[in-house]
Amino acid sequence: MAQVSLDSVRKIYPNGAEAVTPSSFHIEDGEFVVLVGPSGCGKSTLLRMIAGLEDITEGTLSIGERIVNDVDPADRDIAMVFQNYALYPHMSVRKNIAYGLKNRKTPNDVIAAKVAEASAMLNLDDYLDRKPSQLSGGQRQRVAMGRAIVRDPALFLFDEPLSNLDAKLRNQMRIEIKALQRRLGVTSIYVTHDQVEAMTMADRIIVLNGGRIEQIGTPSEIYHNPASTFVASFMGAPPMNLVAGELSDGILSFAGLDVPMTVDHRGPVTLGLRPEDLFIDAKGPIAMEVDLVEELGAHRLLHGRVDGQQLTVHLAKEITAKSGPLRLSCDPSHLCLFHPDTGKRMDARHKGALQAPLNTTVESDA
Amino acid sequence: MKRAGFSTKWLPILLLLPQLLIIAIFFYWPALHAVTSSFYLQDPFGFGQTFVGLENYTHLAASVEYLKVAKFTVLFTVLVTFFSLALALLFAVKADKVLRGAKTYRTLLMWVYAVAPPVAGFIGLLMFNQTWGPLSELFKFFGWDFTLGVNYFDTAFAMTVVSVWKQVPVNFIFFLSGLQSIPRSVREAALLDNRSGTRRFWDITFPLLAPTGFFLLITNITYSLFETFGVIDTINKGEPGNNPMTLVYKVFVDGFRGNDLGGSSAQSVILMILVLALTVFQFRLIERRIHYT
Repeated sequence: MAQVSLDSVRKIYPNGAEAVTPSSFHIEDGEFVVLVGPSGCGKSTLLRMIAGLEDITEGTLSIGERIVNDVDPADRDIAMVFQNYALYPHMSVRKNIAYGLKNRKTPNDVIAAKVAEASAMLNLDDYLDRKPSQLSGGQRQRVAMGRAIVRDPALFLFDEPLSNLDAKLRNQMRIEIKALQRRLGVTSIYVTHDQVEAMTMADRIIVLNGGRIEQIGTPSEIYHNPASTFVASFMGAPPMNLVAGELSDGILSFAGLDVPMTVDHRGPVTLGLRPEDLFIDAKGPIAMEVDLVEELGAHRLLHGRVDGQQLTVHLAKEITAKSGPLRLSCDPSHLCLFHPDTGKRMDARHKGALQAPLNTTVESDA
Repeated sequence: MKRAGFSTKWLPILLLLPQLLIIAIFFYWPALHAVTSSFYLQDPFGFGQTFVGLENYTHLAASVEYLKVAKFTVLFTVLVTFFSLALALLFAVKADKVLRGAKTYRTLLMWVYAVAPPVAGFIGLLMFNQTWGPLSELFKFFGWDFTLGVNYFDTAFAMTVVSVWKQVPVNFIFFLSGLQSIPRSVREAALLDNRSGTRRFWDITFPLLAPTGFFLLITNITYSLFETFGVIDTINKGEPGNNPMTLVYKVFVDGFRGNDLGGSSAQSVILMILVLALTVFQFRLIERRIHYT
């Protein structure tokens, strides 16, 4: 178990492409950190640099107290779970799990005990003598996990380990991996493009975009206080509504909504509203034209337009709605303002309540 | 495994028929003919034949020269197969690691594959020429007076070198594509599991290359036994004399130069049995230890 520190770590490929701009962060002992971002954002490159599978162009990487930039991957005291499992096809499950230990000159009885322990933990007892090709996707995933945990590494690395599984198995394995990490207490770095995985598994999330770190924070911070329009639109399903508003004299106006804000900026801004912070209100200030109602069982999503801009509203399951005109109100305490050009978050909070007193009774047929 | 079904049993037979006919006419019929004629003594001018039973075989068994050729064939086959495979594997592993100019490197290595065996033999003659061959001159520099076509060992050496040289490219192509079909992530997992590159090669890469290797082992033994004919013929200049030759070449020399068709047929039959035994042995003993993905 160990801390991991990246200090201005940068990756430039021989063809001149900069995959990762100088990035720094620190991971605490036992922490589960998820690197998330769209494909090509540099998250896998960053992970592979930590693993030692890619060279670090600039900056220093330390695992524990040791700077490991030039340390061989096998000597970094790490274990990695790959997207396509990367099991050795010619070895039985038992040999796959034991291979890393054998090369570290572990005594045979210790290896046997560790393999037995891991296979019991991962429900692999019945499959130890099978070849990987005779296993299902979920079982292969478990073998890959087993191979990682028997090594007792200082650091676990996961490279999109669940993306080859079907949705149901993915949810199950997500919980299993998280529970296992909690139990073992090993520092872990997990790469995914799936924001649900990031939100549910992480102690801290690092959002990457275009080789740059957009934001580092707990899932709740990332969700409620996104640092940029990119983070706002990437995290959360459905994503945060981003609409154009206007600021003048400390008042934010958008489609009949006027909110006093603690900001001096004047002119156009991008306004971020989470779909669940909007609600139906017959006397509400926002007029919405509903185009589509998405029924999701546990809740509903309204998709429509306000002042010609797309807006999504999250409705609790007991509230029904249909297409057509509708009036909305919003909880202004969670409003986010972004700079219209850079997309960066503006330091602004709402001042008091809405100017018009809020009618909090919800009318289902509004 | 997917199984495709046919509605009638005649269609597949019809589709196989051309291939079966070719095999029957060009392989089984001559083979049968060889078996029958091995029991006869043929008149050299084709005027008739006499049944002699197993005399052709007993004659061979007692022949010192035949034993010598057989010994040379075994040695030659082992050397050519081993060096063709080992060099090709070495080149493929190195080529696999090359990033810059990889295509040029591969093309240059594969080029030799396009050279026909007699041409390869002829190039060998030039390279090893007694008076002005560049390789002979090189050997002379080290004090080895290389006399191709005169000295038995020197000629055998040249034959082996040319045969290996001729076969390395095709093995190289197969090994390289075999290496490249090993998933990158499997190698990377091994990189994390094992620090030693040599151990990684023997533990992970080599077993995953085994199906390719087994296939090449069979084709290379076949090559060494049979397809080196062109190389041997060119280097011996059709005048075997005291020069080394393989069993296949002896079949040709005795049958078509010596006009002893019966004896030559007996040799072919022995060769057939040998190859059959070898193939059975390979499949029984080696193949079961190979993991096919």
